[in-house]
Amino acid sequence: MDIRKVKKLIELLKESGVSEIEVHEGEESVRISSHHVTSSHQAVAQAPQAPVPQANVVPVAIEAPMPSTDEGHIVKSPMVGIFYSSSSPDTSPFAEIGQAVEKGDVLCIVEAMKIMNQIEADAGGVISKIFVENGEPIEYGQPLFALK
Amino acid sequence: MLDKIVIANRGEIALRILRACRELGIKTVAAYSEADREQKHVFLADESVCIGPAASIDSYLNIPAVISAAEVTDAVAIHPGYGFLSENADFAEHVEQSGFVFIGPRAETIRIMGDKVSAIAAMKDAGVPCVPGSDGPVSENSKDLFQIARDIGYPVIIKASGGGGGRGMRVVHSEAALKTAIALTKSEAATTFGNDMVYMEKYLQHPRHVEIQVLADEHGNAIHLGERDCSMQRRHQKVIEEAPAPGITEETRNTIGALCVKACQRIGYRGAGTFEFLYEDNNFYFIEMNTRVQVEHPVTELVTGVDIVKEQLHIANGDELTYKQEDIQIRGHAVECRINAEDPETFMPSPGTITHYHPPGGPGVRVDTHVYQGYKVPPHYDSMIGKLIVHGENRDLALRRMSTALSEIIIDGIKTNIPLHQKLVTNAAFMTGGTDIHYLEDKLGLK
Repeated sequence: MDIRKVKKLIELLKESGVSEIEVHEGEESVRISSHHVTSSHQAVAQAPQAPVPQANVVPVAIEAPMPSTDEGHIVKSPMVGIFYSSSSPDTSPFAEIGQAVEKGDVLCIVEAMKIMNQIEADAGGVISKIFVENGEPIEYGQPLFALK
Repeated sequence: MLDKIVIANRGEIALRILRACRELGIKTVAAYSEADREQKHVFLADESVCIGPAASIDSYLNIPAVISAAEVTDAVAIHPGYGFLSENADFAEHVEQSGFVFIGPRAETIRIMGDKVSAIAAMKDAGVPCVPGSDGPVSENSKDLFQIARDIGYPVIIKASGGGGGRGMRVVHSEAALKTAIALTKSEAATTFGNDMVYMEKYLQHPRHVEIQVLADEHGNAIHLGERDCSMQRRHQKVIEEAPAPGITEETRNTIGALCVKACQRIGYRGAGTFEFLYEDNNFYFIEMNTRVQVEHPVTELVTGVDIVKEQLHIANGDELTYKQEDIQIRGHAVECRINAEDPETFMPSPGTITHYHPPGGPGVRVDTHVYQGYKVPPHYDSMIGKLIVHGENRDLALRRMSTALSEIIIDGIKTNIPLHQKLVTNAAFMTGGTDIHYLEDKLGLK
């Protein structure tokens, strides 16, 4: 399992206050538990009383955390697919942090239904942040790049 | 069993599919639009993928987006629910070509049944009785057009071959109006369905809508689960459905059911399906086949004990049908009321936040809904927010139980058609049973 995914899961665990996460991916699996002492009210973070129902296991949502509003223009994915930062494994990425881009420049590839779609910048600016990683599954509207 | 499936739909049917998957140990992926982030099934699914903005055309009707959702989650199958892409043969084809299982019939079957002219030809071939008609397309310039209409007998109805579900139709009462009616219907059909083919049928004046539920697997087994009466309609949209149909004898059921089963086997049908008929003077006339699970499937589930959605999943998994025809017994009576977010008198849609929700309960009461207190009903999709279904030992008891359930259910914050349902289930003619498809619009002064 990708160490970056494990790191993300650890962050998720810390942020959400859930005490244990177990994720299965094909034949691999990982379980992460936090051992901090919780008050007896919070002991079991399962189905809460709120009218909005919750899943028992933290769902493996594909969404990345929402960027804060002062990060400039956010380029979001116009489709569901797999994010690739370059056109092939041995070529250099289309866009790197610090790179100046113009509206219409290709920033990345999103693969959907075996078609490699070139995703263009919908505004100009300097790439200040890249929210996703090469090979990561992404959904419609997911933040990809921040342009300042 | 299938490992993981994408639920390519929304609302109550998405939740229905999720529940069946949970029972079979199938992992679920909720594909949803930006307007549907807070749907109950999205919260409950194992994974969720946002596939597009609110507009259906860019989300639930977006074929690449739905298939991509299956790709990025490593799902093995896609359940299309009802409406949206469920009867889109191109979608079914793309799904299979992309290496996924389409939970439904083969693309070719959907194509044949989706074209009303070819569906009728296929059914005639299989010995299923059809409405007397032109047996093929007509146009204002057809040779012997007037003779065809005279042979059928006025009034006739012009229907779009690419239509269905009550859309793209025009009634003609006399020869003088025939050519214009055909021309108008053709042009509307071209705009609405991208296909201007129309055909002609006899217009039945007092028919009831009676449909037969079937299940067929990939091993040649096919069974019927009896009939449903869906005559209570407004503008061709069903309002109340029930099973069994009042006045239909077991013998009649078995006869028409057996014909539908034979037709399924002949066309190599796979999955759940419904043969829709107009029923008048003890005769059944085939009008169309729905190659998907239907909104009103719960009434059949309650009188037969069969879980139709689980059967769809078994069939898609390559299993043989769980039941044989002799296992199917009709017990008691079930009635379903479709709850819509709309004004009960003007029928104007009423989206908004449900400030207070309280479901009914008790023996024989089933509620199929995705709404909860605080849920915001979005304005982008059709107005049905749930179904209230009851089962009783007989029809009288079922209607009384429905009346009680309707008095208990509370949905505040938006308008609903619950007051309309309260009137209908206590309406004398409806309580007697056997009202036809024009009853709701005529007698209650609605249009």
